[in-house]
Amino acid sequence: MTRPSNETARRGRPGLSRAADAVVRRLIALCAWVAIVVLGAIFAFLIVNALKAIREVGLGGMIAGTDWYPTSEPPLFGFLPSEVGSLWVTGVALLLAVPIGIAASVYLSEFAKGRFKDIAKSVVEFMAAVPSVVLGLLGLAFVAPVVNSVFHLQSGLSALTAGIVVGAMSLPTIISISEDALYSVPKELRQGSLALGNTNWQTTYKVVVPAASSGIFAASMLGLGRAIGETMVVLMLAGNSGLIPNSPLLAARTMTGTIAQEMGEVVRGGQHYSVLFAMGLVLFAITFAINLAADMVLERQRKKWRR
Amino acid sequence: MRSSRIKRARVVEVIAKTVTGACLFFTIAITLSIIGVIVYRGAASISWEFLSAMPKSQMTAGGIWPAIWGTITLTLGTAAFAVPIGIGAGIYLAEYAKRNIGTRVVRLSIANMAGVPSIVYGLFGLALFVIAMKFGTSLLAGSLTLACLTLPVIIGATEESLRQVPRDLRQASLALGATKLRTILRVVLPAAAPGIVTGTILGLSRAAGETAPIIFTAAAFFAPMPNSPFDPVMALPYHLYIMATQAVKPAPAIVWGTAFVLVGGVASVGVLAAAWRTRQRSKLRW
Repeated sequence: MTRPSNETARRGRPGLSRAADAVVRRLIALCAWVAIVVLGAIFAFLIVNALKAIREVGLGGMIAGTDWYPTSEPPLFGFLPSEVGSLWVTGVALLLAVPIGIAASVYLSEFAKGRFKDIAKSVVEFMAAVPSVVLGLLGLAFVAPVVNSVFHLQSGLSALTAGIVVGAMSLPTIISISEDALYSVPKELRQGSLALGNTNWQTTYKVVVPAASSGIFAASMLGLGRAIGETMVVLMLAGNSGLIPNSPLLAARTMTGTIAQEMGEVVRGGQHYSVLFAMGLVLFAITFAINLAADMVLERQRKKWRR
Repeated sequence: MRSSRIKRARVVEVIAKTVTGACLFFTIAITLSIIGVIVYRGAASISWEFLSAMPKSQMTAGGIWPAIWGTITLTLGTAAFAVPIGIGAGIYLAEYAKRNIGTRVVRLSIANMAGVPSIVYGLFGLALFVIAMKFGTSLLAGSLTLACLTLPVIIGATEESLRQVPRDLRQASLALGATKLRTILRVVLPAAAPGIVTGTILGLSRAAGETAPIIFTAAAFFAPMPNSPFDPVMALPYHLYIMATQAVKPAPAIVWGTAFVLVGGVASVGVLAAAWRTRQRSKLRW
C-alpha cells in the first residue's frame, strides 16, 4: 500500500471505501435473497404449468384417482399408483435406514474414538457422494437378482428392490445429521450421568439420546425427504407398473419416476405435460412440508443448547 | 443383588456396543463394496481410446469422450453461476445478516432448497430456462438448473467456514482502522478459504453426478461435441442411465467403465479437495 501523499487523498479514501462497503453489502444481500427468489420461482412455475391440468382434470381427481392411463382415450390421470408406489419405496427405505442409521450414529458419536472415528466418518461421507445413477446400476446388477431369487418373482424389479437401494442412499444423511445432534449434547450431561454410576450405555440411552431426540427425529425426516425425492434409483429398479401395488414385492412406479420417464415423451403444453407438472407440485408440497418440519425441529434443538 | 445388577449392566453395555458397532460396520462395508465392485468391474476397460474416442455403433462400442467433456462443461457452467452467488450469500449470512425475521426466512429458504427433489429442479429448469427463456435443451439451461441445485451447498459451506474464523482476527483488523469490507477481503476470507473452496468443490462434484435435473434440460442421447452454450450435450450420468436401461445392452465393459470414470472423477476431485483443505488448515495457526 502506498502512503497517501496529501491531505485530500487521505480524506478521500475512507469515503471511497465506505461507499464500496455499502455497495458490496447490498450486492451480497441480494445474493442471499436469490434463495427466496429461486424457491418462489420453483413454486410459481410449477403452479403456472400445472394450471391446465388443475382446470381440466381437477387437483382432487388427480390426487385421489386410481388409474394412470395417460395415453388411453380418454386419458386417465390418477396419481394413486404413483403415490402408493412412493409410499412403499419410502417405507422400505426408512424401515432399513432409520434403525441402522441411528444405531451407527450412536456408535460413531459415543463409542468410536480417534483415527477410526475419522476414517468411518469420511467413508460415510464418501457414500453420500456416489451418484444415484451408479447406485441404480449396482442395484440392477446385485440387489435385483437377490430379491428375485429370494421371493421367486418374475423380475427383480419391485418396490422392495428400489426401497433397499434408496435406504442405502439415505443412510449417510441420517447418520451425519443424527451424529451432529448427539455430538452437540453438552459434556456436562454425560459426566453427570457417569458420576452417578451409570455405564456408558446407560448414559447413552437414558441421557444422551433423549437429549438429542429432536435432532435424531429431524435426521430421520430429512432422510425421508431424500427418499421421497430420489429419482434415478426408483426409475431403474422399481419396475414402473401402472397398477396400484398391493405389496412391496410388486413392480411399482413412483411420482419421481413417472415424471422422469414420461416428461420426455409428452407434447409440450399439452394436458399430459401439465399433469406431470401437477405431480411435481404435489411432490414439492410434500417435501417442502417435511423439510420445514425438520428445520423447525433442528432450530429448536439449536436454541436449547445455545448458551 | 447389587453386584448382579452391575454385571447385567455390563453385559447390556457389551451387547449395545456390538449391535450399534455392527450397524456402523454394515454401512462402511456397503460403501467399501460399492467402491470395490466399481473398481473391479470398471478399471479394466479404461484405456486411452475409451477416454478419448467417440461412441460407435449405437453406444455399443468405442469411447465416451463426448460424455466426459459434456460433464466437465456442465460442471464449469454450474460453477460460473453458483459460485459467485453462493459465496456472496454465505458471506452475507455469516458477516452481515442480523438476527431478524428476514434472515430467518432466507435461512429457511436455503434449507428448503437443499431438500427440493432433483427431479423438481428438472421440471423447473424445463419450464423456466428451456421453454420460457428459450434456451432449448442446452448446456446453458442444464448449467443454470444444476446451479440452483448446488447453491444451498455452496452457501452452507461458505457460511460454516466463515463462522470458524475466530472473532479476534476481525476485531484486530477493525481496531487497526480497516473497514468491514477490507476486513472481510483481507483477513476473514483468506482464513476461511480452505473450507470454502473444498465445500464448493464437493458441491460441484455432486452436481456432476446428478442425472434427473439434466434429463430434460441439457442431456442428449447422442450429440456431437457442443459448439455453443445453446447446444445439447452428452453427460456421464445420463449416458450411464441410458446404457443401463436400454433394450439393446452395450458390452458390460463399457457400462462399468463409464461408472468407473464417473465415480472415479467425482471421488478423486473430492479427495484432492479434502487433502488440500487439511494441508492449508495445518498452515493456519490461531
